[in-house]
Amino acid sequence: MTKERKTPLLDELEQGPWPSFVTEIKKEADRPMAHDLLGILERSYADRVSHWKHGGLVGVMGYGGGVIGRYSDLPEEFPAVKEFHTFRVNQPSAWFYTSDALRTLCDIWEKHGSGLTNMHGSTGDIIFLGSSSAALEPCFAELSHHGWDLGGSGSNMRTPSCCVGPARCEWACYDTLAACYDITQAFQDELHRPFFPYKYKFKFAGCPNDCVASIARSDCSIIGTWRDDIQVDQAKVGEYARSGTDIQSEVCNLCPTRCMSWDGRELAIDNSNCVRCMHCINVLAKALKPGKQRGATILVGSKAPIIGGALLSSVLVPFLEMKPPYDDLKELTAAIWELWGEHGKNRERVGEFIQRVGLGNFLDGIGLDPVPEMVMHPRTNPYIFFEDELDDDAGNA
Amino acid sequence: MTEFQRQTDIGPPHYERFLPPIVKKNYGAWDHHELLRPGVMVHVAASGDRLYTVRVGTPRLLAVTTIRQFADLADAYCDGYLRWTSRNNVEFLLTDPAKIDPLIRDVQALGYPVGGTGNQISSIVHTQGWVHCHSSASDASGVVKSVMDRLFPYFTGSKSLPSKLRVAYACCLNMCGAVHCSDIAILGVHTKAPVISHSDLPKMCEIPTLIASCPTGAIRPATVNGKPSVEIEAGQCMYCGNCYTVCPACRINNPESDGLSIWVGGKVSNARTTPQFSKLVVPFMPNNPPRWPEVVDAVERIVTIYAGNARKHERMGEWINRIGWPRFFKLTGFEFTKYHIDDFRHAGETYNRTAQLRHERGS
Ligand code: SF4
Ligand code: SF4
Ligand code: SF4
Ligand code: SF4
Repeated sequence: MTKERKTPLLDELEQGPWPSFVTEIKKEADRPMAHDLLGILERSYADRVSHWKHGGLVGVMGYGGGVIGRYSDLPEEFPAVKEFHTFRVNQPSAWFYTSDALRTLCDIWEKHGSGLTNMHGSTGDIIFLGSSSAALEPCFAELSHHGWDLGGSGSNMRTPSCCVGPARCEWACYDTLAACYDITQAFQDELHRPFFPYKYKFKFAGCPNDCVASIARSDCSIIGTWRDDIQVDQAKVGEYARSGTDIQSEVCNLCPTRCMSWDGRELAIDNSNCVRCMHCINVLAKALKPGKQRGATILVGSKAPIIGGALLSSVLVPFLEMKPPYDDLKELTAAIWELWGEHGKNRERVGEFIQRVGLGNFLDGIGLDPVPEMVMHPRTNPYIFFEDELDDDAGNA
Repeated sequence: MTEFQRQTDIGPPHYERFLPPIVKKNYGAWDHHELLRPGVMVHVAASGDRLYTVRVGTPRLLAVTTIRQFADLADAYCDGYLRWTSRNNVEFLLTDPAKIDPLIRDVQALGYPVGGTGNQISSIVHTQGWVHCHSSASDASGVVKSVMDRLFPYFTGSKSLPSKLRVAYACCLNMCGAVHCSDIAILGVHTKAPVISHSDLPKMCEIPTLIASCPTGAIRPATVNGKPSVEIEAGQCMYCGNCYTVCPACRINNPESDGLSIWVGGKVSNARTTPQFSKLVVPFMPNNPPRWPEVVDAVERIVTIYAGNARKHERMGEWINRIGWPRFFKLTGFEFTKYHIDDFRHAGETYNRTAQLRHERGS
């Protein structure tokens, strides 16, 4: 057992009702890595700077990603965390586990690393925090022996993730778990061997509530939706009204297109003007349901601010049936990767690439026709760059 | 030593292995769900089956000891099945409602709270901070812990909110957590260009790689004291930390000029209004560990004023759009400065191009 460390600043963070990460680290502090992590973290709290640095690629044989190299700038003082690399372990769809599976992961990680994890990382992976360089190969061998594989890092497809979808949500418009699993398996090479200009993320949300923030956090956002009419059980709408829901003000008035009306007996919906926002369904969960012709809207390009500013994904395919083997999505993805892979600059996300070349040219490149759903409105400036063939065709159409 | 069979490109285990029988049986056939009380939901299938979920908050950083404790609880109450949410909560999945209370008692005894459903504040999604990242302008876990301690009643449901409220934290502009569409985003910011150690640089770094690492072209070759080095054009730096990633002699972390900013009004859901970015409220607050009181106070102030003023179903950004930014700043008391006015690309689109303004009667 290692000597207890003095961590007065971190100890402050064991007070208060919210569970403490310091307590978590202390739970493993009888082993050297977590013990030294407490030490270096206390130092950061005193110095008000990070004591980690990057430097040097690390990984497992045959893979170009999945491990993030991390070194401390105080190797003499805290030798056990001199090397403190991160393993990204590809999570199962929608983060379902059995207790046995978790114990296997714990056994492996306790044996090879710090015993500390993030459940989960921002992209969705199980994060094993803190491995030495020497432990990487044996840890990976044991993980893969038990059926676990690494997720993505670097300029590759990043680990796809999905919402709980049909496993527990009545609003799922396609099978998010199956789609996420299928795409992950179909693109293992792209996940493990970086050869893109930059990262490429998929997130699968079963409906426009977008519980996985796909529209803000993925290069390809797959958001469930429907084409036909909202399913309405008028009797149950009445029950909501009788038990205190103000249908007019809470539902109709908040509908973005004002396509609903309520006369006290019947809820009428002009489905041709419904934009599938989910508000009425969220509020009247027992009475309303998405339609039966279900699929997804495919949007592309969201990212965090660096370099050219933050982006939300924008519409590429208004409606796609999401049926296995997801050939349409895979073909679309291959076309995007080919174009962006060839013309994208180093560290240019696909959203920035589209901004640079223009959505119109991007569509030409991937072979999609423009449709008005892709824009909020047509252009307002007259600087149209007419292409040459128009000279010949003009007036002959 | 046991020989393990090393395999590559097997991908994640198939999720079906981990689905509880009730989920397999009713997959895609759920009818509706209800919140029974804060942190406890029931999902009712078309078959009539009822699946109970108990949602538990965690610090995201979990010891294997804790994960084993959760596994034991899952065995005791849930036939061994559990899941995590996209916001780092654990969800215990039960079929027997009689087991809900004993489970909650046990999980709370371990120190983990139950809540975060419906119109409550769910766990704060966050990044690595000083625990594990080299470019962090502040710690992540410590700020999150401090804020959640204060917002705790909104997690457990003892205080209520008009709508969902999503708080997110990232410790630098890289925003691993892409926090930029949250009701409240706390963002670590570097405010000064990296400081170069010219004595270390030639030993530690390759100059061409270093120059190429800067996305804005702010790094140029220079000769310092007769030795090859680089200089950084501070006006071009956007504090991304890429140079520090490839060259530890370009130190971006700075205890005085690193700090935190606060942004509000973003959302990702399409319900009612379209997804929105968060907008700047507080450009800079100092790093004040271990409890960051200025940041915690500011976040609590925003939450309290939102809770007291927004209408039912109105998210933070929807409320602000209704009352207007001038009133938001007035109600919250934060100062509006030149930093709040966008000067990046397309900044003009954020200028107010209308005479539609709310005025207050003069005295
Ligand atoms: S995104 Fe929609 S389908 Fe998926 S969990 Fe959220 S509400 Fe359910
Ligand atoms: S889903 Fe949204 S747009 Fe459609 S009817 Fe309901 S509230 Fe209106
Ligand atoms: S947000 Fe920045 S500092 Fe924080 S973990 Fe991500 S890259 Fe590191
Ligand atoms: S922090 Fe980023 S923008 Fe600033 S000099 Fe370094 S690489 Fe360039």
